[in-house]
Amino acid sequence: MSAAPAVEMEKSGKIKAPNGTRLRGWRGRISEFAHKHRSWTIVIGMAIGSVVLYFWSAYPPFSFVQTQNTWISGFVNAGVFILLALGLNIVVGFAGLLDLGYAAFFAFGAYLYAFGASPFSHLHLPFLLLLVGGAVVAAVFGIALGAPTLRLRGDYLAIVTLGFGEIVPIVFLNAEKYTQGTNGIGGVDRPNIFGFQFPGIDQTAYYVLMSIVVAIVMILVYRLLDSRIGRAWAAIREDELAAAANGINTVTTKLAAFALGATTAGFAGVLNASKLTIVDPTQFMFQVSFVVLAMIVLGGMGNPFGVAVGAFILYNIQAVLLKQLNAVMENLHVPILQDIDFVKFQFLLFGIALVLMMMFRPEGLIPSQRRRQELHAADAESSEDLALVAPDAGDVSL
Amino acid sequence: MTAAAFGRKMASDSVTGGLLLHADGITKRFGGLVAVHDIDFTIPTGSIVSLIGPNGAGKTTFFNIIAGIYDPTAGVVVFNGQEMIARSRRAWLEPFIWFMPGFIGMMTILTVAGRAHESDLFVLGGITLLALMSTMLIGVARPPRYQRALPRIGIFRSARPNDMVEAGLGRTFQNIRLFQNMTALENVLVGMHTKLRSTWADAMFSTPRDRREEKEAAEVARGYLRLVGLRGKDGELAKNLPYGDQRRLEIARALGSKPKLLLLDEPTAGMNPRETQDMIVLINRLRKELGLTVLLIEHDMKVVMEISDRVTVLDHGEKIAEGTPAEVRANPKVIEAYLGAPAE
Repeated sequence: MSAAPAVEMEKSGKIKAPNGTRLRGWRGRISEFAHKHRSWTIVIGMAIGSVVLYFWSAYPPFSFVQTQNTWISGFVNAGVFILLALGLNIVVGFAGLLDLGYAAFFAFGAYLYAFGASPFSHLHLPFLLLLVGGAVVAAVFGIALGAPTLRLRGDYLAIVTLGFGEIVPIVFLNAEKYTQGTNGIGGVDRPNIFGFQFPGIDQTAYYVLMSIVVAIVMILVYRLLDSRIGRAWAAIREDELAAAANGINTVTTKLAAFALGATTAGFAGVLNASKLTIVDPTQFMFQVSFVVLAMIVLGGMGNPFGVAVGAFILYNIQAVLLKQLNAVMENLHVPILQDIDFVKFQFLLFGIALVLMMMFRPEGLIPSQRRRQELHAADAESSEDLALVAPDAGDVSL
Repeated sequence: MTAAAFGRKMASDSVTGGLLLHADGITKRFGGLVAVHDIDFTIPTGSIVSLIGPNGAGKTTFFNIIAGIYDPTAGVVVFNGQEMIARSRRAWLEPFIWFMPGFIGMMTILTVAGRAHESDLFVLGGITLLALMSTMLIGVARPPRYQRALPRIGIFRSARPNDMVEAGLGRTFQNIRLFQNMTALENVLVGMHTKLRSTWADAMFSTPRDRREEKEAAEVARGYLRLVGLRGKDGELAKNLPYGDQRRLEIARALGSKPKLLLLDEPTAGMNPRETQDMIVLINRLRKELGLTVLLIEHDMKVVMEISDRVTVLDHGEKIAEGTPAEVRANPKVIEAYLGAPAE
């Protein structure tokens, strides 16, 4: 998860190496291994990355900024966003359905956990059961949202999902009797897995759990990408009519994307609720959907690995770097600079980053092969046209 | 007009009389425009049938009706002994079936909310959610029994394009609609979608069935590429193929679903005489080797006259002539439609 990017960039980056180009030496061997055993590569990469990041965060340069436990806690939160990004990537990146209300599914997972394991509902169900339950409930609502939007495309779909994303937190906010409104449901149980009770202060257990969940989800998402349904999603994204004319049931295929995307958000919701031990509606406002979308655009839409890296980077910028910048500026003792609060300006900064990204690298930091081809089709075509036109023009003049 | 009961097995061979497709009284109106008017049309099994007519005659509209893209305003299409296409009736009621349990549950909760104990409400909510889930899953998965039950309660739904493919129809498009950023092989694999059984769960858990199927499917797909003359081009992106190869790839993709009837919409448009000749050879070969029946829309009269068994001529949405190529060529109405009325 959080940890993986640093190390895995080396490995998974090479999965995408174009066929036919063979790298020599140890890099070549790793590349070959990654190509053949992708799931193992993810497991090994995540394991190495998580362990390295865990111990390294106690030493410089990490230790200059905050304590190891704060870092680990931050990485767990980043893991939640990685899960969200991986899930939204299924809907937006694979199937091409722009979903601006994704935080709603995150909310369903979180509230299910709060209902199932808190003093508020007098229920204390097992964590793993609720983890699965949260995912299933989110999936059902994914289908429920997906069903009426199937006929919509592009902008219209975005508007409806935006509405859904706005409605859900407001319903949770106003159903005070069942959700305690703005106060939220507090004192939610910490996970207890097979008798192991997660401690409150030391975040190591959450970190391990999150690493495992992210690794599993990443493996599953990659498998979906190259499967029959992954091809069907790609086909729908490219040309829905042609996809239907080739026997793809566009209704069930799109609903599957919504449901699977929501499932991942459900996992994220349960994990987030169990870590924060409080669930309140402000955690699921539109900003979350927006930030997650920004993460996948930044990371490279359609490529699960890129998306995870994007989420990890953006979360840490948001949670650590901007605060650090504030501290640095304050120590400068320059009046104007002291007044700048980067945390408050974060959405401005995200906006600028997105605009720059769209202008100079629209496919994202670590793009999927296919997206890159789509986005650079125009360049290739125009240069081909020139090549075709030039000799003809010459002939005519002769 | 008989009610359309998509999914109902209609007739044995004796009733269909060796006809693969039988369209009866097809009419399609777009607002005030009658694009296609009362067309009866049959395709005998194993034949090559052509549909010709001037631009705007309604050929492509008719084609799209058969392919399940448009619902006809009136008329019925029987394909492969199954009544597939007719005007949908009360189809808007269907989603209500999916959401009814959830709706009833919610109403119940609202009525008892004041009186019941709070923990009961959580249980009631859970039951409602389960009921909603099960009906929604039925609506999404549409098992055959559910589809057969719908006409009995008065809901008739016309077949959608994917239902027609499932029933054995493959098609190409007038302006090529390949998946441009996918490789040739992936395009054919998408075409084989209905013939593969692996679900998202199989893919996620990488079951042996899924792995075996993917491997075999790639082999079969390469076979289709070889059949249409694209040997060794499976790794090429569709958009990088030359124009003629793109047309061939579209046919290979359509073959992926193992169709009984292949609809070709102007397969030789924009081709030079040599490529056209190759295409004629290919179409004849498909009929011979795969036992395909072919419906062709074509502007190139040379192609039509050379390969068709029967020709149907449309003009202004009406059928004006039908018969063997020689009969049609001699038909004065056809000559009039193409060349204008003779000066008196």
